[in-house]
Amino acid sequence: MKFGIMVNEGPFTHQASDSAYHFAKAALDKGHQVLRIFFYYDGVNNANKLSQPQADDRNLIKLWGELGKEHNLDLVVCVAAALRRGIKEEILAEGFRISGLGQLIEAGVAADRLVVFGD
Amino acid sequence: MEDQFEDLFDIEGVKKKFMFVNRKAPYGTIYALEVLEAVLISAAFEQHAAIVFVDDGVYQIKKGQDTKAINMKNFSPTFKIIEMEKEDADEDPDMDMVWRIIVEKESMEARGFTPDDFVIDVEVLSSAELGAFMEEQDVILSG
Repeated sequence: MKFGIMVNEGPFTHQASDSAYHFAKAALDKGHQVLRIFFYYDGVNNANKLSQPQADDRNLIKLWGELGKEHNLDLVVCVAAALRRGIKEEILAEGFRISGLGQLIEAGVAADRLVVFGD
Repeated sequence: MEDQFEDLFDIEGVKKKFMFVNRKAPYGTIYALEVLEAVLISAAFEQHAAIVFVDDGVYQIKKGQDTKAINMKNFSPTFKIIEMEKEDADEDPDMDMVWRIIVEKESMEARGFTPDDFVIDVEVLSSAELGAFMEEQDVILSG
C-alpha cells in the first residue's frame, strides 16, 4: 500500500510524532511504500536541528533523518507553518526539505491512505 | 530532491474526496487558522472538498467576531473565500469539483446557533448524517 503521513505535533509535548515515526517504520518494514511525510502545525519542530534532547532520551529529529536516509523518504516541512515557528533552511535538520501545503494535498491525492498523527 | 519523487506523484486526472474537519474554537490554538490555510491551497488541485464544522469548531464561522481585546487576527472574513470557491465550482459546468460547507446540527444547537449566525451559507447535517458522509471520504484532515 502507498501511504502518505501527516505529522501535526512537535517532538516532545505530544507523542504524536513518535507514533508517526513508529508507524512509518513498521509500514516500511512490512514492505509498504511511504510516499511522503508532511510536517504541519507544530509538527515542523521535528525538523529543528538546534534541538538537543537529553542524552538518555530518544532524539526524534535525528531518527527521522536516519529513517529518511535509509528509505529515501520525502520529509516535507510546511513553509507557512515553519516560518511562523522560526524553522528556516539554516536550522533545518538533515533529510528534511521545506515546501508548500500543496505537497500535503498532492500526497493525499496520490496515496492510498493519508494517515494523520496529531491531537 | 523533489524531482526524484515525481514519478510517485502521478496525480493527473485523479479526483479524491477531501474532508476538512474543524473541531476547535477559532482562537486559543492555531489549528483553525492552519486548517483554513490547507483548505485554500486544496482549491488549486481541483479536488472535491467538504469543509465541516463540529464541536467548538462552529465558533470559527460565527458572525461579529471582534478580536481586538486579545490582539489576534480575526480571520473569519477569510471563510468568504471558501464560499466563493464553492460558488465558482457550482457555477462552472466544466469544473469537476464539488465543495460542501457543513455544520453539524448537534454542535450548532448545543451552542444556541442557527445558520443565520454564520458568516457563510452552510448545510446542516445531523451527527448520524455526517458520520455516514464521512464514510464516503477518501482523505480526512482535522484540526
